[in-house]
Amino acid sequence: MSKPTIIPIGPYHPLQAEPELFKLYCDGEIVKDVKWETGYNHRGIEKLSESKTFDQVFFLVERICGICSTSHPFAFANCMEEIVNVEIPDRAKYIRSIIGELERIHSHLLWAGLAGHFLGYNTVFMWVWKYREPVLDLFEIITGNRNSYAMFKIGGVRRDIPNNLVPTIQKNLDALKHKLDLLIGVVMDDPVIHARTKGVGVLTKQDIINFAAVGPTARASGVAIDVRQDDPYAAYPLVNWKVITAEEGDVFAKVAVRLLEMYESVSIIEQCLEGLKKEKEGDIEVKVKNVPEGMGTGRAEAPRGEVFHFVTTDGGYSPVRHKVRAPSYTNISTFKKSCVGQTISDATISLAAVDPCYCCTERMAMVYDYYNKKPILSGKDMIKLSQQKTEELKKKL
Amino acid sequence: MLKLGFKSYIFKKSLWLFHFGGASCNNCDIEILDCLTPRYDVERFGMLLVGSVRHADVLLISGSINQKDKVRLLEIYKQAPKPILVVAIGACSCTGGIFAEGNVFAGPVDKIIPVDAYIPGCPPKPEAILAGIFKLLKKK
Repeated sequence: MSKPTIIPIGPYHPLQAEPELFKLYCDGEIVKDVKWETGYNHRGIEKLSESKTFDQVFFLVERICGICSTSHPFAFANCMEEIVNVEIPDRAKYIRSIIGELERIHSHLLWAGLAGHFLGYNTVFMWVWKYREPVLDLFEIITGNRNSYAMFKIGGVRRDIPNNLVPTIQKNLDALKHKLDLLIGVVMDDPVIHARTKGVGVLTKQDIINFAAVGPTARASGVAIDVRQDDPYAAYPLVNWKVITAEEGDVFAKVAVRLLEMYESVSIIEQCLEGLKKEKEGDIEVKVKNVPEGMGTGRAEAPRGEVFHFVTTDGGYSPVRHKVRAPSYTNISTFKKSCVGQTISDATISLAAVDPCYCCTERMAMVYDYYNKKPILSGKDMIKLSQQKTEELKKKL
Repeated sequence: MLKLGFKSYIFKKSLWLFHFGGASCNNCDIEILDCLTPRYDVERFGMLLVGSVRHADVLLISGSINQKDKVRLLEIYKQAPKPILVVAIGACSCTGGIFAEGNVFAGPVDKIIPVDAYIPGCPPKPEAILAGIFKLLKKK
């Protein structure tokens, strides 16, 4: 067997905004094995959490990840409410779900843009990020910040969504639905996108179960796993929605699942807004005086999958132990399956299809020659390779 | 620092940016990317995000710096062509922010390499990032 060539992707390169090192072991153009190295994004959050009071921990876990900055406080709130044993008011439940679903929309749009960029469709990247701006505007109107919303607290939410804001939100959502139709038209009808994504990075149902993958990665392979349905929390049991799944398990299925999920999110938000109108304004929290000794677990469905928090308390002001497990942690291991046997130019999109979030887990990637340890392909070259393949396909079709 | 004629000549037009994301929560990274997209569109000022620091005029740093990143940051600063403008974006790179008490925190950026501008905020809005870079340019 010939000597493998190592292609490093990362730690600091434009493929991902975050630092993470992937090493692709290649034989010719075919990827034989993949290894990854994390630690560039380690901040010691679990340890830091033990030095903060429960109210402060919300601001800390929010900064685990900027893209899913509601899912971590969501899981932590579920966890603390299990320990304290309180039931939050319905209005707070609706507000939590609205924020959670808006976040899913902005995260999936962000991913769709980046996927377009990797495939060489920079127009898709630019347009999708343009459509994402109104969602961020909604966040700014509701919470006062574009990212990092600081909405959650034990027993409820910090800010109300006044009823007179509902028409504005509805108007923005209607505009967004129109944009989503456009986007789906572009993606589903383009022969080049079909050629680049169908049959690429396939994960079978059994692979998903073996790697314990979660979120859209699992749902695209026919595993209907969704915390919102399996372990209902907040307002999800109060509204009608369905879990989107696909059977193929390739990159195209992952794109489709994410795009269709955005429609579900819009519908959930609309139903929550209806629910908000029925509840009394200002009834957004239950006062929690102290946290008893105990242990609790909390789960929430982040845009990328299940977020899990575990907290032990001793009756004091801060957690004694705080454990966080983010969805990318399990999803990243599927690279072993999805990249191996593919060409290098397909590896980029296969990696991106999982929507890895390393600030949740950690981040970077590069291609190295195994024997003289010299980088031979940078991340930029990888994207270029991927974009070249699209160009060639375009010419052929 | 930027009053010499040579330097002001270098930074006169078309700044190319290189982005170094430390141990960040990604928010600042996303807001930097947002600056490139149609609503803010920094490319109309000739600014471009480049893939290698060797081509860059401005080094944007976001996120807190942990011990593993510190080595890489020094290496990247060494590779950068001089003069280079260093901009610390976000609370974490300016001061360490919420992660300053962490056990792996290796000091705010200005303890590691010289910094020309600080853009505070968690995360700073794209408007703030643009304003920061233009203030820096005017100073020269």
